[in-house]
Amino acid sequence: MRARRGLSHTHVGSLHAPDAELALRHARDLYTRRQEGVSIWVVPSGAITASSPDERDAFFDPAADKVYRHPTFYEVPDGVAHL
Amino acid sequence: MYGNDFAAVDAPDGGLLGQVEAAEAALRAAAARGRGGAVAAGADPESYFADVINADQKIEPRDWMPEAYRRTLIRQIAQHAHSEIVGMQPEGNWISRAPSLKRKAILLAKVQDEAGHGLYLYAAAETLGVSRDELVDLLLSGRQKYSSIFNYPTLTWADVGVVGWLVDGAAIVNQVPLCRCSYGPYARAMIRVCKEESFHQRQGYEILHTLAHGTPAQKAMAQDAVDRWWYPSLAMFGPPDGDSTHSAQSMAWKIKRFSNDELRQRFVDMCVQQAETLGLTLPDPGLRWNPERQAYDFTQPDYDELMRVISGDGPCNRQRMAHRRRAHAEGAWVREAAAAYAAKRARHEERVAA
Amino acid sequence: MSARSEPVLRAPQSRTKTSPVSASGPFEFTLALGDDALVAAQRLAEWTSRAPEMEEDVALSNIALDQLGAARLLLTYAGELEGAGRDEDALAYLRDDREFRNCLLVELPNGDFAVTMAKLFFLAAYQLPLYTALAGCGDEQLAAIGGKARKESAYHLDHAALWVRRLGDGTGESHRRMQAAVDGTWPYVHELFAADPAAPVDPATLRADFDATVTTVLAEATLTRPESGWAPAGGRDGVHTEHLSYLLAEMQVLHRAHPGARW
Repeated sequence: MRARRGLSHTHVGSLHAPDAELALRHARDLYTRRQEGVSIWVVPSGAITASSPDERDAFFDPAADKVYRHPTFYEVPDGVAHL
Repeated sequence: MYGNDFAAVDAPDGGLLGQVEAAEAALRAAAARGRGGAVAAGADPESYFADVINADQKIEPRDWMPEAYRRTLIRQIAQHAHSEIVGMQPEGNWISRAPSLKRKAILLAKVQDEAGHGLYLYAAAETLGVSRDELVDLLLSGRQKYSSIFNYPTLTWADVGVVGWLVDGAAIVNQVPLCRCSYGPYARAMIRVCKEESFHQRQGYEILHTLAHGTPAQKAMAQDAVDRWWYPSLAMFGPPDGDSTHSAQSMAWKIKRFSNDELRQRFVDMCVQQAETLGLTLPDPGLRWNPERQAYDFTQPDYDELMRVISGDGPCNRQRMAHRRRAHAEGAWVREAAAAYAAKRARHEERVAA
Repeated sequence: MSARSEPVLRAPQSRTKTSPVSASGPFEFTLALGDDALVAAQRLAEWTSRAPEMEEDVALSNIALDQLGAARLLLTYAGELEGAGRDEDALAYLRDDREFRNCLLVELPNGDFAVTMAKLFFLAAYQLPLYTALAGCGDEQLAAIGGKARKESAYHLDHAALWVRRLGDGTGESHRRMQAAVDGTWPYVHELFAADPAAPVDPATLRADFDATVTTVLAEATLTRPESGWAPAGGRDGVHTEHLSYLLAEMQVLHRAHPGARW
């Protein structure tokens, strides 16, 4: 669901439907009762491949030591602006 | 449209909605802490689970969890979902007769919200590896319960007001702590439900306020409804702590955050002043402020009655279940048609693609 | 409630009285549309907690809420046009069935889900061009209401057509039920298009649009469009089926039991 123009779609929930056309309409009826969205995607849950907690270390730990990817890693000499 | 001009029910601590927002902020904060690796990702799943719980972080669907934790959650979330769906009936009973078009629109929107909340909760339960069809089957076959409060009848329009004020009020007191539940999908569903429910209690209170300040017949209708619903509402918090079977383990797992009696007391303390503003009397001669406890003393509900209603002998148990079974059975041919149509379309698309 | 007395832009008053139907002036016209929406909302709301699937329960409530919202706007405006001090509740709760101007289609009982979808499909296929035309009419208030309601009608039509296709082309049983529902409700559509050249929108001008929608969707749904024959009418003149009086008895009972009370 895209909440407002300019924002990314984020997951809001699940529902049951026999096909995509109905799923989209049910999503509209169920998840936008209070003007929560301006755009909806629906994806069948069977089409989602998720990472497993067992793979968590292998997947996500290798990024932990690459601190140089973050701007806070670098020292900026005093008095330097616009950097 | 939903009576935002009426704000008499706010609790002194910024209101229940404030507590829901605090729970949501806590959820985000815990998630942010997790990035630093406060929880050790060790090889032993049991200690990892314990670490997550201790660190006030959320268990997510694909995490390892003790089987009893999973079963407890399925039972509780399913019971909660069933309550939303069955709970549509007592209030839905008055949609066709709502006394003004504005009230009709509000009530229809509220009962619709309950269907939506049931769906959010079934979806949360499904993340634990059980299907909604199985859960519905457990409900329809009587093997899972719903909140026993919905086995009482809504006899007058004032009951719609009281259900909003007392029943939704008690439900919110119960549910707000669940926004901090250790299971992520349930906590997130509860945050959504509680935010949406904030109008439900207010609309009920507004109905009662209007009745209580209306004609003598309207005021009598309101008092009669309060008299009938007060004790069943107190019983919504479950048996007293001494008799509650699931509480201790649920507290340790941070599924539950406060005991039945703590929540019941909190509810009574909230209601007294609200009843005074309405000019209605809570039907408890023993109700009085206890300065030592800084809380109201009150008469306990009849827990034998609660047990009778839970076991199936309330005024409306049979009616509610028959209604649900009938809707499910009468809809079967529609669900089959939709599935058949979807299958035909899928085959057609395969042929086109081939 | 106070009546608004400021003049509102009205359709031409110089209409001749030759039309056989009474629903021609702005008040009668607005009242009829409001009654259509109100009675449709009342029927749709009967489905609450009874729909074939929980998601559909939410969808039907949404449509009922849309119809109820349109009814409130239309009845409120009808009361202003009349200038006799009647608000939406006075018009909804304190008229008898002979004073209601809704079409017969909306008051028919819900029947099974197929009948409800047939009724909604025909109603939406009529309301969509009607509200669209209204959005461009000379009466500012009606135009504003039409502009809002036509978007809702487009969704109702989409939803009903989606189900007509699924039930028509689903299983043998659903096909049989959907065809029976179309056959049973079709006679009631003709009343919707009775000519009324003096009305803000002449219903007769909407028929071609309606027929095109119906023909397309029924064909996709593998359903047969019934032959025109019997064409019951009378709703616009306050001569209804036996069903309306019961519907109103239920809707009005509480309001009427407490005359003058506020809610």
